[in-house]
Amino acid sequence: MSTPSDRSYSKTHEWHKVEGDTLTLGLTQFAVDQLTDITYVEMRKAGTTLKAGDSAGEVESVKTTSDVYTALAGKVLEVNPALANDPSLLNSDPYGKGWLVKIQVADKAPMASLMDAKAYDAANAG
Amino acid sequence: MLKTPLHQFHLDYNAHMVEFAGWNMPLYYSSVTAEHAKVRSSGGIFDVSHMARLKVTGRHARRLLERVCTRRISDMVQGQCRYSLICNERGGVLDDVIVYRFDDDDFLVVVNASNREKIVRHLQAVKTAGEFNCSIDDQTASTAMVALQGPSVIPLVSRFSSEIPTLKKYRFTVKNLLIVKITVSRTGYTGEDGIEVILPAGAISMAMKLLFQDINLKDENAPIRPAGLGARDTLRMEAGMPLYGHELGEEICALSCGVDFALSLDKDQGDRGDTFIGMDALKKVAAEGGPARKLAGFFVDGKRSARQGMVIKQNGKDVGVVTSGCPSPTLNKCIAMGFLDAGLHAPGTNVEIDTGKGVLEAVTTPLPFYKAPKAG
Repeated sequence: MSTPSDRSYSKTHEWHKVEGDTLTLGLTQFAVDQLTDITYVEMRKAGTTLKAGDSAGEVESVKTTSDVYTALAGKVLEVNPALANDPSLLNSDPYGKGWLVKIQVADKAPMASLMDAKAYDAANAG
Repeated sequence: MLKTPLHQFHLDYNAHMVEFAGWNMPLYYSSVTAEHAKVRSSGGIFDVSHMARLKVTGRHARRLLERVCTRRISDMVQGQCRYSLICNERGGVLDDVIVYRFDDDDFLVVVNASNREKIVRHLQAVKTAGEFNCSIDDQTASTAMVALQGPSVIPLVSRFSSEIPTLKKYRFTVKNLLIVKITVSRTGYTGEDGIEVILPAGAISMAMKLLFQDINLKDENAPIRPAGLGARDTLRMEAGMPLYGHELGEEICALSCGVDFALSLDKDQGDRGDTFIGMDALKKVAAEGGPARKLAGFFVDGKRSARQGMVIKQNGKDVGVVTSGCPSPTLNKCIAMGFLDAGLHAPGTNVEIDTGKGVLEAVTTPLPFYKAPKAG
């Protein structure tokens, strides 16, 4: 799957997509391919305040447990409810139905420090 | 990065490749859990060519292995394999190995990939120190090794050989396929019945084609399919088998690792008795009542898995450490292994596992977590 160009990427393999004041956060295809089958997702609860660089939650796979970091500060609005019943959505559709969490953000400036799709793909090539 | 003779096979089946102990290896082809389930229900093909294969031959080959292996070599018969540890003088574990006896003076030792150079050096050093007349030949690069595991493997192999299905566990035979010699053992690392096959690197493609000629390995319903290192790890965890770097290590007392059957502390007794490196240290630990902590199995409540390095507590006190853990694909709950204070091993003992961010409730359970049903 090609990396979508409508969002920005961190070195720790999260995608960040901002629409208005809402950040949607997810993991990249590269990340879920490394994690292998996701068995459980535990994001911070709605209402939690996060600083930039904080862990927004953890993802559990058959192989490992991994933190998910947000590059933007804000308040958790919603955790993807579909993942509670079917965490494999993260493997099958990481850029779509497998989104992790929506965060209400004030300062979008750190978005500028993230990579675009092309830079992210280049960083993980080879 | 080293490539196994099955590298092209992995690419042909769209493996997700990763680096493992210096080798480029398949982590999975389609999914870890699907491959895991396939091995339990039917069959899996694992490339284990990254494991080191060291041929030890010559007049003193047996005495060299007797000196390094924690189990007796002298009473092994031709065609027998034996699981053993190799220890340091302190009784810590250098590696766990399978020894194959081909003849009185002809052995093969299969060693973990990550320990290849270390064990070669160790064998050379012990050979020199003991003035043993034998040769140690690293055949890893010139051979391939494939594990076929699962209940469908023996029926499948029976179409080609009437002898292999009659092999008892931990026995092997050498078969001729055209001009190549193939070593086939009734061994594995999944908790399932199956075989492991060693053959010249150049013959692997031909052998795979022949063996699977009428099976479409890409078909989900095929009786046997490729499986990667990811499934190998979750399968061995369910089977309660230790892995070097987790349950085994140089700083870990061999008596802690849950493989006491592989420690023949009376090996120096009897007719052809001999001591092994680490024996004195282990005898001392045993005489003093055994190690403070031993390997235990745990069922962990909830969907969060315990992972290596997490501290095990009881009433706020440190009582152990997790060595491996995963959500068990077969049992559909989280399992873990870890070293636990010797007094707490009664099944059903409640402990807490500190994840660093929270606490998981866990309860001790005998190993293995999973046992394959007897073939009917």
